[in-house]
Amino acid sequence: MAERRLLWLGLALLALCGAFLAWQLRAPVGFILGLRAAKLGALVCVGAATGAATILFQTVAGNRLLTPGLVGFDALFVLLQTLLVATLGGVGVAMIPASLRFGVELVALAAASALLFGLLLRRDARDVTRMILTGIILGVLLRGLASMVQRMMDPSDYAVVQQAMFASFGRVDPQQLAVAAVVLLAALAAALRMAPALDVAGLGRETARGLGLNHDRVVMVSLLLMAAMVSVSTALVGPITFLGLLTASLARQVTGTHRHAVLIPASAIIGALILVAGQFVFERLLGSQSALAVIVELFGGLLFLVLVLKRRRR
Amino acid sequence: MLRPWPLTIAALAGLIALSLSLGAASFGDDAGWLLMVSRIPRTAAALLAGAGLALAGVVVQQVVQNRLVEPSLTGAPEASMLGLLAVTLLAPGMAVSGKMLIAAAAALVGMAGYLALAARLPREDPMLLPIVGMVYGGILGAIGVWMAWSADLMQYLGAWRLGEFSGVMMGRYEWLWGIAALAALLYFIADRITILGLGEAQARSLGLDYAQTRALGLVVVSVITALVLVTVGSFPFVGLVAPNLVARWRGDNLRANLPLIAVGGGVLLLAADVIGRLLRYPFEIPAATVVAVFGAGVFLWLLHAAPGRRHG
Repeated sequence: MAERRLLWLGLALLALCGAFLAWQLRAPVGFILGLRAAKLGALVCVGAATGAATILFQTVAGNRLLTPGLVGFDALFVLLQTLLVATLGGVGVAMIPASLRFGVELVALAAASALLFGLLLRRDARDVTRMILTGIILGVLLRGLASMVQRMMDPSDYAVVQQAMFASFGRVDPQQLAVAAVVLLAALAAALRMAPALDVAGLGRETARGLGLNHDRVVMVSLLLMAAMVSVSTALVGPITFLGLLTASLARQVTGTHRHAVLIPASAIIGALILVAGQFVFERLLGSQSALAVIVELFGGLLFLVLVLKRRRR
Repeated sequence: MLRPWPLTIAALAGLIALSLSLGAASFGDDAGWLLMVSRIPRTAAALLAGAGLALAGVVVQQVVQNRLVEPSLTGAPEASMLGLLAVTLLAPGMAVSGKMLIAAAAALVGMAGYLALAARLPREDPMLLPIVGMVYGGILGAIGVWMAWSADLMQYLGAWRLGEFSGVMMGRYEWLWGIAALAALLYFIADRITILGLGEAQARSLGLDYAQTRALGLVVVSVITALVLVTVGSFPFVGLVAPNLVARWRGDNLRANLPLIAVGGGVLLLAADVIGRLLRYPFEIPAATVVAVFGAGVFLWLLHAAPGRRHG
């Protein structure tokens, strides 16, 4: 049942991608197709990465209201990048081979997030509201720190950070996109492989340990995978705070299951669907650029309020 | 035990001296002119804005009976920005006083919306209020960004959203003195505001006209929000940090604490401005960024330190 819905979702995404590529296609066909394909690739990657990362994070946190974006996961990535450039200098960073740099960043992000969010998840596990509030304020703090360090940098160093961080859907570097896609696919595959363990981890730490699961290890691996996914989406486009909340809630609604083998791909597909559909509507039908992220924030924020108010009635 | 008043006054004096002597221009023959036109206005603006935001924070905290809320967590600044955007689009030539009025009215409407939301939240979970306020402000902010984007007004919005004092000069900040008048008014009705914090039933049984006092308090908060927003932009967490630190230090006597809270807010914002000017001299980091980092740190500490007395 849930698998069939997953299939439909996948087909819908394929159809939408086809429409995105082929809508009012004129000469020069090859050139336009290339541009559109790069943009489509970025949209799909960001949506899928955000959707999957959110499911992982919510399972690990045992909380359906938190998302990586809300606790400032992306801000942590930006902060690490900025600190790297600030200490080594723009030229120094440019000297490091790209793949090595990406690997180092990934490990650093995973370690830092494990330290920060591991503490958050462990210490505040009992008081869910406090955990959410702490997470949100932590996000504010990390964002503030990142922008403060950026303000203090040399303009040329800052340009390096900016280039690495804030590419927009409008201009996507194909090579960067290819790297991102490979990383994302690997992370998704790894997440799917540990889906059964995540199912058990979703029962809560004590229960999961009682059932013989090494809960801490699952949390660590999840944080590492999340780090990879978040870095993919942040590197391709700036943060969209509430996208993850939208996709994860929709994925749970649509599939009606707790099994991560279905939930993770469903959330990934829905994330991609939202972004591609939104971009299609705004860019092709309404002719306005860049409003997409704002609209996603708007509806995501509204959904968050509805979920908070609904929690009370239960 | 450190005594709060001498320490605060010493900090205030030191910061004022620093702020007056700090800047890209050096003192020469026209030192007096430089002080009058640029340095004194800038220092005064930071002190007044900080004091105003701190006092507004106290009032909001008493109204919603929650220590973790402050004006920028009720959607007030974002609503104010929406009002200002509407004015800029519909009547760009309006006088500053008109803009202030509309910004204040919009802030009041925004806060009313927040209070309506807050009334539907369970009382026993005090931390839900700031969360809901933050998201509510985010939604209003997203609408503002969308409006500004489609009307090409992003630069305006940026100036309002990230408050700083580098543009303050003689003739461009005098509206902030209105805060001093409002502070006097608040001191006059401090006891009534304290009773507000006991909740509607208690306040009524003590003979307070609850609705009227609450409305008065909220009007003061929205006017302060509008004054600060229009002249220097918005600053997060000032209204949260100053009252909470003072309450932890001195307990809860509001009338006795109000002056200290006001001065503390001023010191906080002036310190943020001075730090922002020093970190990468002679370039500047907006005071709002510095305050956001410091305020978020204090907020986290308040959340996790041993609980003090908490309302709600």
